[in-house]
Amino acid sequence: MSAIRIYVPGDAAAVACGADDIAKTIRDLAAQRRIDVQIVRNGSRGMHWLEPMLEVTTPEGRIAYGPVEAGDVESVFDAMLGNGQALGGEHKLRVGKPEDHPFMKKQTRLTFARCGIVDPRSLEDYCAHGGYRGLNKALAKPANIVNEVTQSGLRGRGGAGFPTGIKWKTVADTKADQKYIVCNADEGDSGTFADRMIMEGDPFVLIEGMTIAGIAVGATKGYIYIRSEYPHAIDVMNDAISAARRGGVLGAKVCGSDYVFDLEVRVGAGAYVCGEETALLDSLEGKRGQVRAKPPLPAHKGLFGKPTVINNVLSLATVPIIMDKGAEFYKNFGMGRSRGTMPIQLAGNLNYGGLFETAFGITLGELVDDIGGGCFTGRPVKAVQVGGPLGAYFPRALFDTPFDYEAFAAKDGLIGHGGIVVFDDSVDMAKQARFAMEFCAIESCGKCTPCRIGSTRGVETVDRIMKGIERTKNLEVLTDLCNTMKFGSLCALGGFTPYPVMSALTHFPEDFGGAPRLEAAE
Amino acid sequence: MKTTPGWDANLAAEIIGRHKDTEGPLLPILHSLQHAFGYIPEPAEPMVAEALNISRAEVHGVVTFYHDYRHAPAGRHVLKLCQAEACQACGSDALAARAEEKLGVKLGETSADGRVTLEPVYCLGLCSVSPSAMIDGRIVGRLDANKLDALLAETSR
Repeated sequence: MSAIRIYVPGDAAAVACGADDIAKTIRDLAAQRRIDVQIVRNGSRGMHWLEPMLEVTTPEGRIAYGPVEAGDVESVFDAMLGNGQALGGEHKLRVGKPEDHPFMKKQTRLTFARCGIVDPRSLEDYCAHGGYRGLNKALAKPANIVNEVTQSGLRGRGGAGFPTGIKWKTVADTKADQKYIVCNADEGDSGTFADRMIMEGDPFVLIEGMTIAGIAVGATKGYIYIRSEYPHAIDVMNDAISAARRGGVLGAKVCGSDYVFDLEVRVGAGAYVCGEETALLDSLEGKRGQVRAKPPLPAHKGLFGKPTVINNVLSLATVPIIMDKGAEFYKNFGMGRSRGTMPIQLAGNLNYGGLFETAFGITLGELVDDIGGGCFTGRPVKAVQVGGPLGAYFPRALFDTPFDYEAFAAKDGLIGHGGIVVFDDSVDMAKQARFAMEFCAIESCGKCTPCRIGSTRGVETVDRIMKGIERTKNLEVLTDLCNTMKFGSLCALGGFTPYPVMSALTHFPEDFGGAPRLEAAE
Repeated sequence: MKTTPGWDANLAAEIIGRHKDTEGPLLPILHSLQHAFGYIPEPAEPMVAEALNISRAEVHGVVTFYHDYRHAPAGRHVLKLCQAEACQACGSDALAARAEEKLGVKLGETSADGRVTLEPVYCLGLCSVSPSAMIDGRIVGRLDANKLDALLAETSR
């Protein structure tokens, strides 16, 4: 009889809630009871309030239990394995089949199709779940790759929303002895973790996507620049790259073809601004992570001055399914100019936080209230920051905004990398505005004045407003400062910091007025 | 004059030699130096500059640009508390204040006895199980006062 499979996620969100210890306990219990158990450290399905969520493979399918705490492991183990059989029996933490959970049923999982299901370190498992079908189709018609990606309508998932196919075409059309594919895995935005989840839960999809990009534009070398705050993702990616080389899908003869493509992981060093593509390239070159003036575009002069495709993790990880199922299939999801699906990350003060992939067009209100279940503190939702530290704060009045690049821009916001951070009514929006400026001051690369100096002056000005010093005059100064930063900064760090500041000011003026505030509030 | 605890010029030379022929070798070299020494010892900077044929100022500029690189050894334990928005939404400010009070240091400082370094971190990507922390490389989610106190107790070991 073959071993019974038990899944204990190795995703950092599960590990942070005790998954490593649980895996150890399960191993010990299995040994004690002489049951042949195979533990798979899968990624997370994305229902993070249920993490650590354990699963057992039964004849009826996989049955989940969660959130499992240390004290529950033995009873969950017994429920999963009655008398040594894979039973999936009753328990107060029994979730049932994960795919039948309403949170999962409401989703359209394209980029995240395999995440949480497969063993992230197994190339065989990846291939058994549809992996490398995209690359094989790409190899059959390599000249058609760029067109297919363009037709799919895929736009950069890092935040800028630039059409991926056009970027690729520019690099493909530029002649050079060496070209590069660079994956931006410097996911520094608070409230975002989709890149981390893909790298920890389905790393081969990123490898496959980058390989397709390499073949499309004629690049033979790729770098994945991962932030140092993601040690688990770094480990899994490195293991997966080794496995891909051993399996012949990476290296001198990609899948037996004449194409050469290899990958290397590079680790960041704690600078938020390196998520900006040109700063990232400078960092990869071994310089201070300072933003470059454009032009030249990275597509013409990128890494080491060579033509470079630089894309976010999610953009590259979406390419395999586009190549496999076709541009038409992907394009059919979404609204307006936002085609396909977006892996949305629900975070902060929410009952049901996690990863929710869905077609563009769902409203912010549905995401926060219906899917996310409102605040876990039980208090009313006051503000929602969409798109990371550079994203606007949305009040309830704007909850009818559909998740779409243009719709958010029309409301003076951005969807960014798809992170949503929910705050209850205890939040002080002036303090959040101050933090936005403070964060920009800490993380500014220093190259342009509006960002470097403006952010520090911004903190001081918000402080004066919070203390009630010449309020009207200082509100004017703050507005003017935001205007200068927005239009005068070299990149999105200084250019977008005004979004959280001005949205807080516009939608929550009551938090910026009234009686002088105490220093202790900070 | 800065002291350079644990400095070993041969080890530094070996580390620099290991990476110097890769593309864009500076960050990998600095990561390895910090891994070996716990910080970037100042005498390493001219050695790196020489090996890569760049100026010492360029090396120093890179070392001081990135938050990760330390200019002095950290405490025996390093406790990082996430202070970004998703953690703020779940009470990270109060937890940081509690840690500061109990340890008697501010965020970004090391205790006088060298026992613990308390640092802010801007996002560990654990925003759906916030507030979060990292202690000596181990990540912790759903942090509350009790869990924090347990981590603080760990730092006294």
